[in-house]
Amino acid sequence: MQKILFAVLGVLMLVHTSMARAALSIEIIGAGEHQIPVSIVPFGGDEKLGLAINEVVTGDLLRSGLFRLVDPAGKSPHEAAEVHYPDWQVRGTEALAIGTVSAQADGRIVARFRLLDVVKQVELIGQAVSAGDGQIRAVGHRIADLIYEKLTGNQGVFSTRIAYVNRQGKIFSLIVADSDGHNEQIVLKQNEPIMSPSWSPDGSHLAYVSFETGHAAVFVQSLYTHQRKAVANFRGSNSAPAWSPDGKQLAVVLTRDGSSQIYLMRPDGGEIRRITFSGAIDTEPNFSPDGQSMLFTSDRGGSAQVYRMPVAGGAAQRLTFAAGSSYSPRHSPDGKSFVFAHLSGGRFYISLQDFQTGQMEALTEGGWEKKPSFAPNGRLILFASEARGRGILATVSSDGRVKQHMYTQSGDAREPVWGPHL
Amino acid sequence: MKKLVISIVLVNLLAACASQKPHETTAVPAAPAASAAATAPATASAVAAKTAVDPLNDPTSILAGRSVYYPFDVAAVQDADKPLVQAHAAYLSKNTARNVRLEGNCDERGSNEYNLALGQRRADGVMKMLELGGAKTGQLDSVSYGEEKPKATGHEESSWSQNRRTDLNYAK
Repeated sequence: MQKILFAVLGVLMLVHTSMARAALSIEIIGAGEHQIPVSIVPFGGDEKLGLAINEVVTGDLLRSGLFRLVDPAGKSPHEAAEVHYPDWQVRGTEALAIGTVSAQADGRIVARFRLLDVVKQVELIGQAVSAGDGQIRAVGHRIADLIYEKLTGNQGVFSTRIAYVNRQGKIFSLIVADSDGHNEQIVLKQNEPIMSPSWSPDGSHLAYVSFETGHAAVFVQSLYTHQRKAVANFRGSNSAPAWSPDGKQLAVVLTRDGSSQIYLMRPDGGEIRRITFSGAIDTEPNFSPDGQSMLFTSDRGGSAQVYRMPVAGGAAQRLTFAAGSSYSPRHSPDGKSFVFAHLSGGRFYISLQDFQTGQMEALTEGGWEKKPSFAPNGRLILFASEARGRGILATVSSDGRVKQHMYTQSGDAREPVWGPHL
Repeated sequence: MKKLVISIVLVNLLAACASQKPHETTAVPAAPAASAAATAPATASAVAAKTAVDPLNDPTSILAGRSVYYPFDVAAVQDADKPLVQAHAAYLSKNTARNVRLEGNCDERGSNEYNLALGQRRADGVMKMLELGGAKTGQLDSVSYGEEKPKATGHEESSWSQNRRTDLNYAK
């Protein structure tokens, strides 16, 4: 009887594990105006690899909200000479992607692809993209980036990665995944909470908060060697790590001298010095792209609001004044605006505020929406949301037009943060 | 001595598990103390006597209350909870071998980091009040769980009010 029970448990656990591994499924809400009509022909050569790349490329382009996919309707050219432009012009497509893909003897995947301007009948891109064994999705994301960059003029972010925390009951996992949520890798898994992952500017390390020592301590971990170190583990809480743009400093929040205050230190934990002296709660520091100033959350005025101060020290200036409370500020990559979570009337909104005009705009309809962070091209914002009673990841375009939900298969996804270009 | 106390606690816990009536077993430590006496007759009776009169284990004592509750985004101990904290302070000042950990918690409104800071402020506020009431710094420790370890998981005030809390967690 006991053996049978174990066998049943074993099967259940297998099912469970495969569910946890299954990729996030994606739901797109709304659509941008002025979408560019494009056709992506499944690549020739290795048909299976071709279809896999096609799925990644079309998924990426659709999610950006900037493209409309025009069906190739049975036409399948793989070389420029095979393209009969009038066939594509009558369908209204403006750009056509074609190519071939093959797996080399050593397992490397090589795709040769072309992007053609259907209207002008010229080649926009002719390039080979390759990746190591099994990294077919990486090839797809790179091709999607090349198409996006050529047709929009902005840098693509499909090859970048995101980090987030998955909570399943009392099990917490720190996850790194592709920008579309696929290819999840577990960086850390434990029975104690994990919070506030933060990417080093070169994408090689994550700083985060772990409760494994019984209280909140800041760790820095290499994503290559997986070596990790507790860099702030003083009495009370150690939290909210944020890297300076040059990667040489880590801002952290410590309570070792009283209330939560912001400190600067080296990423290895050395040379700690305190930079806020409010006696209130000062937390969630975020460096400006030029490294000169810092946004943070403080309740020094009576409620939680966003403030800015010079990193070198000096007076802090309050930036948010709307009714309610404001949290988790992050600079846009161009430094002209910041995004934050605004709690008003019992709902959380992801809001954007321009530094120069001070004008604030809610990008979402409101709900349980927290912890926004910009994609490195500034066009999309990743945040934690909720749907059907579970914590999920979501994105919204920085103009508020295109929204996308990513459902994790199980557990609550929380504390997401978009990584840098590699 | 410490080992003996631990073994008594373990026996107590086992008894509680076996009978499924923890309220009854905590009030009647005589049986496990007697079994401990068999292995260490010199000290067991003293321990048993001490356990029997420890008001911390008296479910009718004010000390049976181990949680302090707060309004939203507030860290100060409310008037209603001050007698509880003061009673624990008096107990700790008389029982200097006892240590307590203050564990601050928050509801889910606010960012996770802000709530971690708020929970720490709640726990530190109780700690300060215990110190003022006579407890020694060495008896006290504080930690914040922010919104990471909610007792109730609903998205409404009935859950939130339970999660805005500092627990007084005595070391066994």
